Amino acid sequence: MDMDTQTLTQIAAFIGGGLAIGFGAIGAALGQGYTAAQADMAISEYPEKSSDITRTMLVGQAVAESAAIFALVVAVLLLFTTVQEPSIVTAAAMVAAGACMGLGALGSGLGSGFPSGNACSGIVKARDPEVQNRMTTVMLIGQAVCQTPAILAMVISLMMIFMSFGDPTIIKAAAVLAAGFCMGLGGIGSGIGSGFPGGETCMALTRQPKLSGNLTTVMLIGAAVAQTPAILAMVIALMLLFINFGDVEPVKAVALLGAGLCMGFGAIGSGAGSGHPGGAACRGIGIQPGAQGALTTTMLVGAAVCQTPAIFAMVVALMLMFVNFGDVPFNPYWAAFLGAGLSTGLAAIGSGWGGGMAAGASCEGIARQPRTVGIVTTTMLVGQAVAQTPSIFGLLVSFILLFKGHPEAVAIAPAMALLAAGLCMGFGGIGPGFGNGIAASSAVGWVARNEENAGLLMRMMLVAQAVSQSTAIYSMVIALVLLFVVI
Amino acid sequence: MGIEGVDLIRAATFIGAGLAMGLGAIGPGVGQGLVGAKACEAIGRNPSEAALLTRTMLVGQAVSESTGIYSLVVAMLLLFVV
Repeated sequence: MDMDTQTLTQIAAFIGGGLAIGFGAIGAALGQGYTAAQADMAISEYPEKSSDITRTMLVGQAVAESAAIFALVVAVLLLFTTVQEPSIVTAAAMVAAGACMGLGALGSGLGSGFPSGNACSGIVKARDPEVQNRMTTVMLIGQAVCQTPAILAMVISLMMIFMSFGDPTIIKAAAVLAAGFCMGLGGIGSGIGSGFPGGETCMALTRQPKLSGNLTTVMLIGAAVAQTPAILAMVIALMLLFINFGDVEPVKAVALLGAGLCMGFGAIGSGAGSGHPGGAACRGIGIQPGAQGALTTTMLVGAAVCQTPAIFAMVVALMLMFVNFGDVPFNPYWAAFLGAGLSTGLAAIGSGWGGGMAAGASCEGIARQPRTVGIVTTTMLVGQAVAQTPSIFGLLVSFILLFKGHPEAVAIAPAMALLAAGLCMGFGGIGPGFGNGIAASSAVGWVARNEENAGLLMRMMLVAQAVSQSTAIYSMVIALVLLFVVI
Repeated sequence: MGIEGVDLIRAATFIGAGLAMGLGAIGPGVGQGLVGAKACEAIGRNPSEAALLTRTMLVGQAVSESTGIYSLVVAMLLLFVV
């Protein structure tokens, strides 16, 4: 190619700017829309309180806007900053910075719409002005916590714009690109998930205004736990940015890209999922203040199990970054590395989110019937464990892709078989993970209402989960055929 | 690169098979979970009809499975027949 690096970097900066504000605008717009919808519903019920509701709506929308404003700032920077040392690495950094900020703002914008939306519908039910003030405070705290992934993404993308990268190598360029997608994608789930506790706390305050201290504590714990996957993603992104992988074989560049995508996708489900128990625990304290201890424990156990798929993704990402695969041929190993990242990363989405639904239902059930805590927690753990299956399939396919040993190929077909195996298992695990979680959440909820039939419900849940698992198994079969039969 | 017509077609069938099965698995997985959720709810409300409800759930899930099986068939066709 005859294109000079100056032009290339400029083009990359423009693409990055577009990605930043394009993705970054989605979440905030949806969050603000939800807030306005709730405000409209509240005004139709209580037209005389329209000024209070409108004020809450505008304050909430303004905070939800901040994620989009971060994205706008980064987009403008990308459009107008002159790059000091244009190279292939700075070009990659411009695209990565945009994708990182845009994707990272998506979840925060959407998530911070839940506290403000629920505050609009809650504020009319809180007659006492002092309670209204507390609700506004809780809304603002809840929304502020939601911004965390967007802020992490902004920090990483500003680093990318202004960092000096040293010698430009293709490895460094891939590492920077991977870091951007890792942090951007990895922030989506946590941004959405950490909105649920804040939203439910605003509603719970209408029932239990005196408990605002306890509720705020549990809300903060729940939202903090939901940040875990975003923080794992940030750790991997920082490693990709700052570790010098040296000037090794070009296939390492694809391995690093696979690592970034693996951790980024893998954090989505766990982040959003682990918000469900936090939200349900806050709602539960509003219904049954006496069960606060049991609710907090169940929330933490449920949210911890939700993190499993994100941790699988981190393990595969670290392997892709640090395992020395020796002197492997570029073709077909590039496809094996990319496939390994996508298999675990994508399959983790369903398992993480589904497991979170089961944990949320468990907190709801305990709030309704605190004495059923033992059997409800047991059913939740069984349901969550089964919901992890697709992500374990994903991990299995990743390991086979990484360690099977692929002969050098001249043709493109063997490489495509490896990439297809990863994509097949990754996408194929999403649906069953969600399905298992949906079935488990209903079973867990009904165990709490109908304790004497817990055995029957557990059996039904397991049968339903097993059937819902079938398409993940088909995906694994096709992935294994691609890996061992047709190649 | 040694990309020739036959090689390219094989590569395309592999990717096609992977995407057909992978994306095709999403719908049935979620759908069967929804059926299972409602069946659990129904058993919670009326445990005495558990046998009937289990049968109905399995029939419903089997129908929802069909598109997953279509995906499997198409993937197998792409891999072994085309």
